[in-house]
This record gives sequence, C-alpha cells and structure tokens, in this order.
Amino acid sequence: MEERRINVVVNGEPKSVDVEPRILLAHFLREILGLTGTHIGCDTTNCGVCTVLVDGLPMKSCTMFAVMCDGHEVTTVEGLGLPSEMHPIQQGFREEHGLQCGYCTPGMMLACKAILDENPNPTEEEIRWGLAGNLCRCTGYQNIVKAVLWAAEKMRTEGGVYTLAARSRR
Amino acid sequence: MYPSRFHYEAPRTLDEAFEVLRAYGDEGKILAGGQSLIPLIKLRFAAPACIVDINNIPGLDYHEEDSDGSLNIGALCRHRNLERSALLRSKFPVMFATAPLIADPMVRNRGTLVGSICHADPQGDWASVMLALGGEIIARNADGRERAIPVSQFVVGPFQNALEQGEIAVRARVPAARGTRTGTYLKLERRVGDFATVGVAINLEMSGGTINRAGIALTGVGSNNIQCTAAEQALAGKSLNASTIDQAARLAAEASQPKTDVRGSAEYKRHIVYTFVQRGLSSPEARAA
Repeated sequence: MEERRINVVVNGEPKSVDVEPRILLAHFLREILGLTGTHIGCDTTNCGVCTVLVDGLPMKSCTMFAVMCDGHEVTTVEGLGLPSEMHPIQQGFREEHGLQCGYCTPGMMLACKAILDENPNPTEEEIRWGLAGNLCRCTGYQNIVKAVLWAAEKMRTEGGVYTLAARSRR
Repeated sequence: MYPSRFHYEAPRTLDEAFEVLRAYGDEGKILAGGQSLIPLIKLRFAAPACIVDINNIPGLDYHEEDSDGSLNIGALCRHRNLERSALLRSKFPVMFATAPLIADPMVRNRGTLVGSICHADPQGDWASVMLALGGEIIARNADGRERAIPVSQFVVGPFQNALEQGEIAVRARVPAARGTRTGTYLKLERRVGDFATVGVAINLEMSGGTINRAGIALTGVGSNNIQCTAAEQALAGKSLNASTIDQAARLAAEASQPKTDVRGSAEYKRHIVYTFVQRGLSSPEARAA
C-alpha cells in the first residue's frame, strides 16, 4: 500500500504523518488525528457540514485528499476555541441559540469565521450569501444569522485580536 | 466514501507534470480544484491509476488582461478570485455575474474555471459563458507546443473534452471586445449549489449603440450547453430595441431543447429562456453602450 509523508499544521500544531493518497481530509482529521469535531454529512460535496479552514479559507474536507494539504495549515473547530475560552463566534451561537442538534455547527462556525475575517461588519444579506453552502435542517438559519451578527459586534467593539485557541495553548 | 487506490504525484513544474502524464498514458488524470473530480472518484465513476495534482506548480493562479485586450485565466485561478476581480467587474461583466453563482462559497474557494470547463459537465455554467464570449482553452503538450481550441469545439460531449493524451489545459482565453462589452449571466436555481434550472449567458460588444458582436448561450436546457447562433446573428449590426430584443429572445427559446424533469416542465424552462434573454438584453448598461 502506497503511503506518502505529509507535513501539515493542524490547529497550530505541526504534524508529520504517513497517509494513503486516497484518504480524504475529513477522514484524516477524524480517524488519524482523532479530531472528531469535524463532522461528515452528505459525503457528496453538497452540505458543507465537513467545512474546515485551509490556509484560512473554508473548504469541504470531504472533497480534498489529505495529501493535498502537505505544506498547508488546517483549522478545525477544535482550534477555534476551548470550553473555557470560547471564540466570540461560539459565544454568539450560545447567546443567540444558533444551534439545535449541533451537527452542522462546527462547519457553520468556521464558515462564519471566514466571513468575519474578510468583512468585520457584514449585513444580514452578506452573511446569508456567505453561509449559502452550509446546510442546517434545524434552525431555519434565523438564529445562525443573529449569532454571526452578535459575534461581529462583539469582535468590533472589543477590538481584540482573537488568536485561535489551539495556537496559544497547544 | 473511500475512493479506490491511486498513485499520487504533486509535481512542482509543468515539465514534471508532463513526465508523469507520459508515464501513465490515459491512466493519468490532472487534479486542479478537484471539486468535480474528487466526487466522481469517491463515487467510483472515475478510477484513474495516477492523480497528477498541479496545485504546487507556481504561475498558474492568475487572471490578467493581455496588451491586446484579451483575458487569460490560468489553470489554477479559483472561482473565488474571479468573484472578487476588479478587472472582471469593469471589463468582463458576464464573467463577473457568473462567478458568485457557481456552486457555493466553499466550492468557489477551491474550484477553478479551467477545471470546470475540462470537466465538461453538460449542466456547467462556465462553458455557456465561454461560448457567449467566444472563449478558448489553451492546451499545451510536453514539447511546449500550445494550441487554442474554441470552447465550442473543446466540449465534445457530456464529460468529454478535446484534450489529446499528454496535453494539459494551461489556461482559458477570452478575446478582446469589439467595442464596449456589456452582458450578464442569469441563473434560475432551486437552491444554492443545485444545477441551473435555466442559465442564460449574454455578452454584447457594441459601439455607438450598434451591436458588433452578440453572444448568447444556454445552460440546463439541452444535453449540452447551447450556443444560440440564430439569435446572435439576428442581433449583429443592429441596435437594441423592443423588436430586436423580442426577436432574439424568441430565437433563443427556439434553440433551447429543455426536458421536463424535477426542476420544471419543458414549456416552463423555454419560457424562462425567453424571459432571461429579454431581461438580459434590456439592462440599462446595454442600452447605454
């Protein structure tokens, strides 16, 4: 069985791992690194549940091979915040009840992060366009949009630089 | 889902990529954005023996205007970059209108225009846009020889393109406008990420109110993207008014070959083609050009 050594920074931590080329990024994260916060939904590039950040941009981890991340940086929900030190986006989802079953939430929050990284003061419409690829079957999206607006305002008013939790901790 | 096993190469130069392609013959497959190829491999509709990942080859992630006014789009230029392009906004309006309507934000972050055209999905949006613009794919072989293939000839059938064994599609090219370019892409979709129920690409090149060149092409209403040659010819040399617009919209609707399916009846889709062509040609920008 052919394997290939890849060097990838996951949540701030450099990893050097041998993987089979056919292993999807989603499986690499969940099964090899044990980062089960990344969920798999449709497995057919439709639902956005498996969204992670690759070099800061949201991408579907079910539609990338792990070997393609050699030399790149991946951020999962585990790198967004910690229970004791939640990212404002996570706080927003709690405050505005932005989740019900929670299955889409990790991917949803990472997509939100990319929206706010590019545009700290988005309109409701811009948020809806930005989240168009992340399906949620519970909330009807209303409270997700509110959660992003909540997070955006907190991040603007506090003006802090939010380093991803894992980068400072691990 | 687990794809079947394959050998993986990530060349650092085009020359290396050609070497791998030569070694694997028709079992070698180029991987750019992967947003169409990887789903196919996962579903095992495709099982190439070797995947040649070109993402590490520098110099392919660009889109820029040539001194003659033509536009070149490199093989690694992502939909994302086209969506945010000031150049497309000012000079290639049909492309600027299309980019944000491709799939969804995550797919746009990764997927490429050139890869999308090579994939030749008969429901793909970019092929219609390139037909309307008179665009080409530039294929290069291991000897460095390049040939330009009009998209009308490049897509030879559903999921089939005209690349020869050992060739790589290195860029797409859109010719310079004859006059001022206006246009748009109108897409009816049931939800983001679905294929178009109907897509209409319109490209107009005009000077002093006269149409020098018109391009109209349709997505989702036939077994391939459809170029509306009769409608285009009806507009050439004319100005835009209620009568010419109506005639072009009728000819485009006649050129469509929609089928009744879950997205709507054939009659409904043909009606949308008429409406979209009429709407696209009635824009204030087109009236002003």
